[in-house]
Amino acid sequence: MPVATTEVPSPQPARLPFYRRLSFEETMFGWIFILPAALGLLLFQLGPVIASLGLSFTKYDIITRPRWNGIDNYVRLFSDDLWIKSIQVTLKYAVIYVPASLIFAYGVALLMSGRIRGIAIWRTMWYLPSIVPSVAAAAIWRWGLHPEFGPINFPLKVLGLPAPRWLADPDWIVPSIVFISLWGLGNSVLIFLAAITGVPPSFYEAAEVDGAGRWRKFTAITVPLTSSIIFFQLIIAVINSFQVFTSAFVLFGSNSASSSAGTANAALFYMLYMYRNAFGYFRNGYASAMAWILFLAVALLTLVLFKSQNRWVYYEAGDEAT
Amino acid sequence: MIAAYARYLVLVGGGVLMLTPFFWLLSSSFKTPETIYIFPPQWIPDPIHWRNYTEVFDVIPVLRYAFNTVYITVLASVGVILSSAMAAYGFARLRFRGRDLMFSLLLSTVMLPYVVTMIPVYIMFTRLGWIDSFRPLIVPHWFGGPVTIFMLRQFFRTIPLELEAAARIDGASRPRIFLQVILPLARPALVVTSILALVYNWNSFLEPLIYLRKQRLYTLALAVNALKEFESGMDWTHYMMVVATIMVVPVIILYFLAQRAFIEGIVLTGLKG
Repeated sequence: MPVATTEVPSPQPARLPFYRRLSFEETMFGWIFILPAALGLLLFQLGPVIASLGLSFTKYDIITRPRWNGIDNYVRLFSDDLWIKSIQVTLKYAVIYVPASLIFAYGVALLMSGRIRGIAIWRTMWYLPSIVPSVAAAAIWRWGLHPEFGPINFPLKVLGLPAPRWLADPDWIVPSIVFISLWGLGNSVLIFLAAITGVPPSFYEAAEVDGAGRWRKFTAITVPLTSSIIFFQLIIAVINSFQVFTSAFVLFGSNSASSSAGTANAALFYMLYMYRNAFGYFRNGYASAMAWILFLAVALLTLVLFKSQNRWVYYEAGDEAT
Repeated sequence: MIAAYARYLVLVGGGVLMLTPFFWLLSSSFKTPETIYIFPPQWIPDPIHWRNYTEVFDVIPVLRYAFNTVYITVLASVGVILSSAMAAYGFARLRFRGRDLMFSLLLSTVMLPYVVTMIPVYIMFTRLGWIDSFRPLIVPHWFGGPVTIFMLRQFFRTIPLELEAAARIDGASRPRIFLQVILPLARPALVVTSILALVYNWNSFLEPLIYLRKQRLYTLALAVNALKEFESGMDWTHYMMVVATIMVVPVIILYFLAQRAFIEGIVLTGLKG
């Protein structure tokens, strides 16, 4: 049944690009519908990104007018011991968190995959912590990891094992925060679980015919066929690890901006130091320079990861690699 | 066979471990400072200090904070769903020049770290005189969110074109099709994205921290954080646990009411990046 709408291409020369064939009405409504989002993109994303680049070349405390000072902020950063400390803390976190989170989440997802009873219960148990507000999680672990009275150290002490001082020990602060993050990793578990479940059973059956064992099926089928999701989760883990804020702030931040973040500033995450500069010392130019360096680092790393994906990420034919 | 049992054992054991912190949260919210800092840790507080839940109202205005949080959460979430649904419809169903460019620009902002835009946006709101108001936490959400737009667009594209065509023959305008054909059909997707938005705004911390300085404007998240500071030698961990419990319980209830939508939402955001 032929329907006369704009959806049906008129019998004009088919060479024209699609927008030439568009009706005015459709174009107008198209822009009307996306107008709020387009404005938001401009006002809250693209505009501010450019503005923060500009600000990073100024000295600006909001009250007085911004003063241009060229690359001064960037130069000063490199002789700022606290900035260097904040990079060390953040990198230490990333180096532990990224592999730990991927292995942990993938491992749990593997446990839950396949023929298994009571999946809804397991899923709920492992997922529930991830919906806990991060402020509340920090409150819980502030006590949970207490070196003297916390329930984590309790069994260690009873068994006479060495009990780390967790949040009170500069060497253990970053691992403790990784630990807290892993507790809330249910999201990744569910995503991996969906990916692993989505592998067609026929692949495994074919492999079994060829005599493949459990391990071989895992490395030759499960991992490659879920590699696009692993890749995506890897990117997210990297981006997130550079932006740790809430748990560190609740546990170590103080409302008096100048105090140290944990013993020997061992919890001075990049974001915490940036927050301190912008909202404690009103050094908005300096903080913007910090923001841009972080942005460039994340962008560069993401780019490198994207370049590497040809080597190890498998996309099914027909999948658009967006 | 043994492997299968081992697997269940790990799932149960690990699952219980994952849930115990909830139990600590609840149990410490019924403790006094003396019974929180005690070795060995008490699993069931002795005595059970019910009064924490009434005393906390004298220490901080919990009801007001709860109201502030609900107010911001609801208005921000309604905004992000409405504006994103509009944009998603435009991207999914209308063809116009610049559409694909706008869509990829919008999607690329997902990768943009929040910190790069934080300071200029803060300055903008300072200029507008919006500091110490809820507007900076609500208004930006009325301009769409990339992830929500993406998810809704995916769903809208699965709605059969014939339904829309039929409405057009009946003379319905685009806005009317959007409101009366697309939105009702997209209810499952709207539920999923609404839940994600509600949880996101309820848990939000950094933005309230920046924009709300006056104590009476605090959200629950800010209240939990504020209670960590020792006030005149008093340790308020037990009150911190009470407010944290008040924050956690609604999210858990929401999860059990809408488990399927929760899980669908997570999986959708993760699988189709």
